[in-house]
Amino acid sequence: MAPLVKVENLHVTARDDCGRNLAIVKDVSFTVEPGEVVALIGESGSGKTTIALSLMGYTRAGSRIVGGNITFDGREVLAMSQRELASLRGRDIAYVPQSAAASFNPARPLLKQVIESSQIHRVMPLAAAEAKAVALFRELVLPNPEKVGERYPHQVSGGQLQRLLAAMALVTEPKLVIFDEPTTALDVTTQIEVLRVFKKAIKERGTTAVYVSHDLAVVAQMADRIIVLREGSIREVDATGLILSSPKNDYTKSLLAAAEPQVRAAAPATTQQTAPPVLEVRSVIAGYGTADRDGIPAVPVLRDFSLAIKPGSTLGVIGESGCGKSTLARVIAGLLPAARGEVKLHGMPLPRSAAERTREQLRRIQIVFQMADTALNPARPIGRILGRPLEFYHGFFGDKRRRRVAELLDMVRLPATMAERYPSEISGGQKQRVNLARALAAEPSLILCDEVTSALDTVVGAAILDLLAELQRELGVAYLFISHDLSTVKAVCDEVMILYAGQMMEHGSRGALHQRPLHPYSDLLISSVPELRQGWLDGISDKCLKEAAVGAARSGRGEACSFFERCPVRIPGRCDVEPTPLRHLSKGADIRCQRTEEELVELTAQ
Amino acid sequence: MTVVTASSEGPPRASERGTGTADMKTALVGLLASRIAIAFLTLGFVSVAVFVGTEILPGDVAAAVLGQNATPEAVAGLRHALHLDQPAYMRYFLWLVGLLSGDPGRSLVNNLPVAGLIASRLPNSLMLAGVTAAVSVPIALTLGIASAIWRGSLLDRVANLLTMSVVAVPEFLVATLCVIIFAVHLRWFPALSYADRIVSFAQFFRLFALPVFTLSCVMIAQMMRLTRAAVVDTLRSPYIEMAVLKGARPMRIVLTHALPNTIGPIANAVALSLSYLLGGTIIVEIIFNYPGLARLLVDAVSTRDMPLVQACVMMFCSAYLFLVMLADIAGILSNPRLRYR
Amino acid sequence: MSADQTIIAVESPAQRRRRPRLPFAGIIGGSIVAFWVVMTIIGPYVAPHDVGALVDDDVFGHMRWAVPLGSDFLGRDVMSRILVGARYTVGVAAAATVLAVLIGGTLGMLAAVSRGAVDMALSRFFDALISIPSKMAALVIIAALGSSIPVLVGTAAMIYTPGAFRIWRALAINVNTLDFVEVARARGEGTGYLIRQEILPNIAGPVLTDFGLRFVFAVLILSSLSFLGLGVQPPDADWGSLARENITGLADGALAVVMPAAAIASLTIGVNLLIDNLPGRWSSSGEH
Repeated sequence: MAPLVKVENLHVTARDDCGRNLAIVKDVSFTVEPGEVVALIGESGSGKTTIALSLMGYTRAGSRIVGGNITFDGREVLAMSQRELASLRGRDIAYVPQSAAASFNPARPLLKQVIESSQIHRVMPLAAAEAKAVALFRELVLPNPEKVGERYPHQVSGGQLQRLLAAMALVTEPKLVIFDEPTTALDVTTQIEVLRVFKKAIKERGTTAVYVSHDLAVVAQMADRIIVLREGSIREVDATGLILSSPKNDYTKSLLAAAEPQVRAAAPATTQQTAPPVLEVRSVIAGYGTADRDGIPAVPVLRDFSLAIKPGSTLGVIGESGCGKSTLARVIAGLLPAARGEVKLHGMPLPRSAAERTREQLRRIQIVFQMADTALNPARPIGRILGRPLEFYHGFFGDKRRRRVAELLDMVRLPATMAERYPSEISGGQKQRVNLARALAAEPSLILCDEVTSALDTVVGAAILDLLAELQRELGVAYLFISHDLSTVKAVCDEVMILYAGQMMEHGSRGALHQRPLHPYSDLLISSVPELRQGWLDGISDKCLKEAAVGAARSGRGEACSFFERCPVRIPGRCDVEPTPLRHLSKGADIRCQRTEEELVELTAQ
Repeated sequence: MTVVTASSEGPPRASERGTGTADMKTALVGLLASRIAIAFLTLGFVSVAVFVGTEILPGDVAAAVLGQNATPEAVAGLRHALHLDQPAYMRYFLWLVGLLSGDPGRSLVNNLPVAGLIASRLPNSLMLAGVTAAVSVPIALTLGIASAIWRGSLLDRVANLLTMSVVAVPEFLVATLCVIIFAVHLRWFPALSYADRIVSFAQFFRLFALPVFTLSCVMIAQMMRLTRAAVVDTLRSPYIEMAVLKGARPMRIVLTHALPNTIGPIANAVALSLSYLLGGTIIVEIIFNYPGLARLLVDAVSTRDMPLVQACVMMFCSAYLFLVMLADIAGILSNPRLRYR
Repeated sequence: MSADQTIIAVESPAQRRRRPRLPFAGIIGGSIVAFWVVMTIIGPYVAPHDVGALVDDDVFGHMRWAVPLGSDFLGRDVMSRILVGARYTVGVAAAATVLAVLIGGTLGMLAAVSRGAVDMALSRFFDALISIPSKMAALVIIAALGSSIPVLVGTAAMIYTPGAFRIWRALAINVNTLDFVEVARARGEGTGYLIRQEILPNIAGPVLTDFGLRFVFAVLILSSLSFLGLGVQPPDADWGSLARENITGLADGALAVVMPAAAIASLTIGVNLLIDNLPGRWSSSGEH
């Protein structure tokens, strides 16, 4: 049988800011057989999306296909006119983009958009298309399939929009579907349900698909064959099983290694036991919007939140988007004054707002942000960015400052010549190192790391994690490590706290996460993280996931459980009404749950 | 995953919750009402600003009006008639009441009622503005959308060059060029217009052609640039790329995907340009000697005829605020995020 | 793989900053602007004739060597009058724009950094002010105070301050939410440092563009006022006044009407060309 897609020697260039053409895809050749799912995997800048889009004869503004052939179903794509391309797109090749929220037109009802390609290409009459869409909605487990199409994009959640995009792609029964990072923007507990329905839909139809992703574990579940890309060229092509078990290319090996980060050394146990905490947060309530009569903000994000960090240790705070983890960092740094509760540094209460804190108090807590790109002032050279805290906290000037800047750069393994560069001239990983160096310049006792590796490619992120662990050993600095990624948190943290909708759900040592019983949310979170082996997705039972995927977090002023709606072991009438008690489990962890340890053990036993 | 579901009944689903239709309607009505209220508040502020602005004139208006030979009795009499013997807030209040009841006082220059002066000029101004709007709005929107669809084409580049030149030069240059080309060299139209003596359509056309042409040039240039920018901005959205990848043709992309999302900005562009039409006629009315409201205002400013200045300025400002409010409301109604919460 | 290797091996090569180049249209715009700025300063010294001198026997005379741009309604040299008038057109507009941008820009950045009540009060005030159409505001002030150079500068400054406030505030708010400003705030830096060191250098490009546009608006409104006889008063004359005083020549298509207007057009189009073509970090789109 002839391949459905045949790409030969594809070359794509893009114009940069200075008008020069850079090759972003170099001499790429591959085929896709009918009924096969092929993954294009690579990090940012690998050209994976460019290649996927070029299968539809499409390039983004500024880039151009300069060479090669693409044959789709026996037709030469690159020789087609605009009209012929339009008749191909949406009819024979459908595209599922990454950002569902941005890819739907905000001004039109969803159903109209889902069936639009069937109407453009006159595949079926309107009524038939609508019936087909509703059938797809049902198949993709969308709640209320008859009515959801009448809604507008802003009225539907991200996970549901992503499934609606898939319905939009499948409505014309295309010969090839391109999935471009379809679950990357989703939270992990939402992602798993979307992956399941996608996989089922692909399997039942025998759809030919190209699956673009940076996430090996996700790709391992979806693809038959993997193409590893780096900087626009193919590094390795093989069946999924072989790539995972016996990678041949060095780059593939490093990707695999970075996907499951090894545990970095924990803080020495001796200091942990005796020393008083470097930071304590007690019963903090914080949020946004105008405060009511009791001083509680209109949108409370953190509700009655407490934690303590021991000197030289790392506390990981993990949770999904909107759970309040970044708010926590802002409260501790004094950027968002808490409405209630207190923050103590070395046992001394801190003023709530940074403006009221002393320079010494400010110096001891430093913050490193997620987006390395926006955390450095683009108008200042690196040397000045690092020099300012030296001048501000330590009064270093002139030669003394210059020498210290060089030392700091050396500490984060950057050359001293970097001091003259501007942030726009260095890479993402280097920027994050500079961010870290700026925090270290203050010689703090605690660094708040807010998603410091999330915006980086896995391999680069892994190197930053190594550096963090090394610096902790050398300098004895404590970290509050905030992340949405369980494997990263497990890799660097001594203790882990799981946050859901502003409430602490579980808190224990890293080891306790591997022991049952778990808080029901911890259980969902841990079991949702894709594992780097084929068949993992098929192996998990779907019973609890359905509930988890549809429910929404409740946030409000009450002390009732915010996980109630998604909880598979909830007790209606109690969990959603009464304040949730804190329970100490025999494995050494604390959870916030109405269920006792015995009940949880019993309920989670098969 | 080994957790077993304990309850048989599903939880209420996220998508089924949310506010009912009635609540949505009240929220929308509330939003619209607040916009209208803001417009009136602003108008109130503008009236204070105009009143203060025109009353900070140093010296005694009554004495200035009557000249140096006036008797103290005459000055006192006029002061009383003009309420100048009363405190400022009282004078503002009396002025506002007069304005609202259609009696903004008498001209200081010729003692004619301001209302009558305005009434004699208003129809001429409205006629000029109406004809210009009727000509320029459809042309500007069509050209703006067309150059957005075929951006980078010859049409787009020529239009961009022309409109930039028109927007960047003073209106009197456009007007004088029009006169020189069409009236002096080509002799198609008379250089001056008088709206009083219209007897036939041909004459109407000849009289209006140059003023309308001049105003339209400026209007079309402004509106077209704003429209094009709004549409081009929308065309950069990811959902437009999605529509391309669904196989939609350019016409469909612009008409069904881009335009519904640009109603707000386009309405704004039209409102801004139309409000320019109200005040921007000044130059055109002067050059073409057209008896409109704007010329009345300029004459009043030259003679410092305050009651007339106040009344004219308030008329222009109210019209401006009204147009901006309409555009605002159009923007709200066209936004599904505000229509359906 | 160790950390050191990783940096070298995996990350894409850093890009060096390159010297930006001004495109051709930008060079033309820049030259025109530069020419008029020079004329603002030395105009009276290079003008071939005295502004008041009757040099042509003919009124509305055509171009010839003695009067390169023709003569006006009294037979004076149009070119000399334009060169001298540059002082008023460019000078008054520039003074007004600088004033507007200084006041509006400072308050705008202050509002963005202070947030809360200060921001609210300033924004409401300028929102109300901007709701008065600019021509109306100018006419009211001139009706009340009469026309003089200081009044004209003040009027144009007042008209364009709210707009400058809005732009600067919006730009500063964009930068203010970026993480590096948060880092500085968490470090304990004061408002002055945040404005000067963190925000100002990062909005310099768009702000410069805004300055140019605002200057163009000021030139246009001041010329229009003069054209209406409400601007610069005789015997001084800016380009708008020159167009006005020769308006009787319009029916004959006199150069004396067209040339001052063309001078204004060359200035405003020049500024537009320049700011539309500013390279790299000075362009309105910022770094990209």
